[in-house]
Amino acid sequence: MNFKRREFVKLGGIGLAGAILIPPFLKSCTGGVNLSKGSEGYLNHFEVTPQLLQKVISAAMEKGADYADLFFEHTISNNSTLEDGKVNQAYSNIGFGVGIRVLKGDQTGYAFSESITPEDMLKAARTAANIANSSGKALSADITEFVSPNYYPVGTSWENTSIKDKIPFLQKVNDSIFAADKRVTKVNATIGDSTSYIMFYSSEGKLAYDFRPMVYMYVTSIMEQNGRIENFGVSRSARLGSEFLTEQLVDSLSKEVVAKNALLFEAGKPKAGEMEVVMSPGESGILLHEAIGHAFEADFNRKKTSIFSDKMNKKVAENFITIVDDGTLHSDRGSLNVDDEGNATERTVLVDKGILTSYLHDRISANYYKVKPTGNGRRQNFRYVPIPRMRCTRMENGPHKNEEIIASVKNGIYVDSFSNGQVNIGAGDFTFFVKSGYLIENGKLTKPIKDINIIGNGPRALADISMAGDDTKLSDSTWTCGKDGQSVPVTMGLPTVKIRKLTVGGTNA
Amino acid sequence: MTINEKYALADLVIEHALKSGAQQVSVSIDESRSNDIEIRDKKIDKLTESTRNGLSIDLYVDKKYSSASTNRLKKEELFKFVDEAIAATRFLAEDEFRKLPEPELYYKGGGKDPGIIDNSIDSVDARTKIDMANLVQDEAYGKDERIISVSSYYSDNISNRVLVTSNGFRGDNSDSSVSLTAAVSMKSETGRPSDYWYENSIFMNKLLKTGIGTKALERAIRKLDPKKIKSGKYPMVLENRTAMNLFGPLYGALQGYSLYQKESFLAGKLDKPIASKLLTITDDPSLPLSPGTRLFDYEGLAAVKRPVIEGGVLRNFYIDTYYGRKLGMKATSGSSSNVLFALGTRDMAAMVSSMKKGILITGFNGGNCNGSTGDFSYGIEGFLVEGGKIIHPVNEMNITGNMTEVFFNLAEMGNDFREGSSFRIPSMLFENIDFSGI
Repeated sequence: MNFKRREFVKLGGIGLAGAILIPPFLKSCTGGVNLSKGSEGYLNHFEVTPQLLQKVISAAMEKGADYADLFFEHTISNNSTLEDGKVNQAYSNIGFGVGIRVLKGDQTGYAFSESITPEDMLKAARTAANIANSSGKALSADITEFVSPNYYPVGTSWENTSIKDKIPFLQKVNDSIFAADKRVTKVNATIGDSTSYIMFYSSEGKLAYDFRPMVYMYVTSIMEQNGRIENFGVSRSARLGSEFLTEQLVDSLSKEVVAKNALLFEAGKPKAGEMEVVMSPGESGILLHEAIGHAFEADFNRKKTSIFSDKMNKKVAENFITIVDDGTLHSDRGSLNVDDEGNATERTVLVDKGILTSYLHDRISANYYKVKPTGNGRRQNFRYVPIPRMRCTRMENGPHKNEEIIASVKNGIYVDSFSNGQVNIGAGDFTFFVKSGYLIENGKLTKPIKDINIIGNGPRALADISMAGDDTKLSDSTWTCGKDGQSVPVTMGLPTVKIRKLTVGGTNA
Repeated sequence: MTINEKYALADLVIEHALKSGAQQVSVSIDESRSNDIEIRDKKIDKLTESTRNGLSIDLYVDKKYSSASTNRLKKEELFKFVDEAIAATRFLAEDEFRKLPEPELYYKGGGKDPGIIDNSIDSVDARTKIDMANLVQDEAYGKDERIISVSSYYSDNISNRVLVTSNGFRGDNSDSSVSLTAAVSMKSETGRPSDYWYENSIFMNKLLKTGIGTKALERAIRKLDPKKIKSGKYPMVLENRTAMNLFGPLYGALQGYSLYQKESFLAGKLDKPIASKLLTITDDPSLPLSPGTRLFDYEGLAAVKRPVIEGGVLRNFYIDTYYGRKLGMKATSGSSSNVLFALGTRDMAAMVSSMKKGILITGFNGGNCNGSTGDFSYGIEGFLVEGGKIIHPVNEMNITGNMTEVFFNLAEMGNDFREGSSFRIPSMLFENIDFSGI
């Protein structure tokens, strides 16, 4: 298959020659679509016709399925990396194909094809069709185009951004980190960008499409002091084009990484055991993601394996706590215009003033619970089935002040940077790894702490949030969530909160 | 694509890249086919079939380096893809260390085929595979009234890879794996604990197909109603299945990349003691019929058996060509093959039975390790042991320490590694570990 050159030219409105003289890294082997022309552009991009889509769907349904859908994807991703003071390595990838899903009740048949010739697509469709085994029914739906709002408009797309335009930002972040502190001995920095063309078609006749930009910039610094080595990494991410790269971004990344790296030389470990934990606004949202977010994903509840399976419409937290999962935030890493099952995304209220009000649904679970899909059906790429996943999970403002919350703690810790977390859905045990924080002694932040794991139990921790600040903040770090072997981009947010009791890793006398 | 077609395509792409301005090129073409079946509560939940292809190319252009990969394998598209990659590479900074490996380090042929592929997996029909998963399911389903859900899984994979470099390496390798897994969720007043068991093999006829559901059920039942215990220093027995969590950071610290980036707590420790004398690890690519068996690594370097740790003394890092040059060290290989541990004389149960008071760890929950300093902290679950007996399950606890110290606390190696993995890690006993609980 060959993509048409003219479409590529149309996309960025720049000349072909210009594109070749300053190639992005990589542009793709292909072309683009005219975004303003909606579905026609996407059909052209994937070189399929509505008739062919219907034919493939018919093959997928020929063994008596209830439903089938096609998920076309073309993703171009690039990483440019600085090491030893120069941008001397780059990696690019192109992923292209169509995933074909067939449902019979809540049973799933899935296959994908990396080639989208009619023959290859029909073969994959017939493989997926095997989940059903009754007589086939013919299906001819009218095509309805789903036009979604655009939560992540793009200034200059990554396909029209040369590696040449990324290099100066990597160089600048390197130079400003080295200039900021004499103890810096190494800096690594990466800009990773990707562009995805998504087209979705179902046996219900729904045609949806999305253009998904993504970018992150990640920097690590390493400092040495009296023979000790400490490292720290920080990042920012968004669904934006190259307008993401600014002087302010470089400035904020380098200031943060230097300050946090330097602090580690003063940091130690707390005493092991249970204590009050205050979580700073922003990336402490990892608490929501791990403690309750996964357990709210409706597949676990439908299978009754989640510890929250019997808690719907029950009080799970204090009255001042409202938690949402939002796919509609402007240019947010976790946002989606349309989910990977062709459903509109939304702001889903999970906990409303302390009461559990909704799970996160994909198509299968929404049918099971007889509710409207919440737009949480997501997949890593066309090679995977969609499952319920989070987007941006955050807590809204509470009634307390940050200072008041810290002052209320006699012996505890304050935590502000994290690298990773995990949860055991059924037992409800969740963890997050603290990269930096402070001891709280008699209401005051004292000695810095680092590199400790915190473990708690989801429903108990949620009920134990005794104070919530009026300072909610989103984290724009590069969070990636893994479940069932699939990774998807997410974000999180939290005001300052206090939890009565969590088990903190540390030392014993 | 057949293996020969892959070689032909790799040759074409290399020829094109050299003509278009690259001085050196390495191309690999990968193919992977797999089947996955999930049965939940006696019903097929999911059938997935997949075939993936991919070509990746490393380009060395005027002392500059980049790498690119794609699953679009039509010749014309690939040529254009390579042209764009070469053009973009020219914008990068020069890097004198970026070159293909020295040809004398390449595998030159003549070795015995590792034979770690079972093509018969392809000819087993879907029904038989579903029946295997059903058998696993039946061992647990309905066997206890507290069961909420039983899932069983069949999974297989056949992969092959062709690697060709412009300075003389040509080689291909193939492997397969097949596995059966059971996961059981239970309900009690305190939560819904779950556990799993699996068996895997390179060969269909060597795959253990029974006892999987039974073991998963037993494991889930014994986890009901856990309690955490008081914080303190306790000995721990680490079950073989979870021991990799502690050795992952050690293996990270052995990498050339980590050394160069000052993210290795083992920097400067070559030929020095880093662990108890009981710890001896060998990297053995020649072990018969094991998943890590190989004649050459991903760069084409000839596979060599090497000591990694001998009696607690560090003997070798894992050094790839690029970081070897940057560090001024000889390239060994950037990746492990089969990792063999010197074994003790007793299994996990025996070690537990002679423990006065301690914790048996059967699972980890999150946590991390700081590569530069070796500081670690992990969530754990397992069992309280007193007087050699398992007293009750524990959860919601952490272990915390430093990797440069913890391996000196290794007090006994077990003899019970699991077959089927390239890391042959037995259960182990450690003394004096910091646990945080109540």
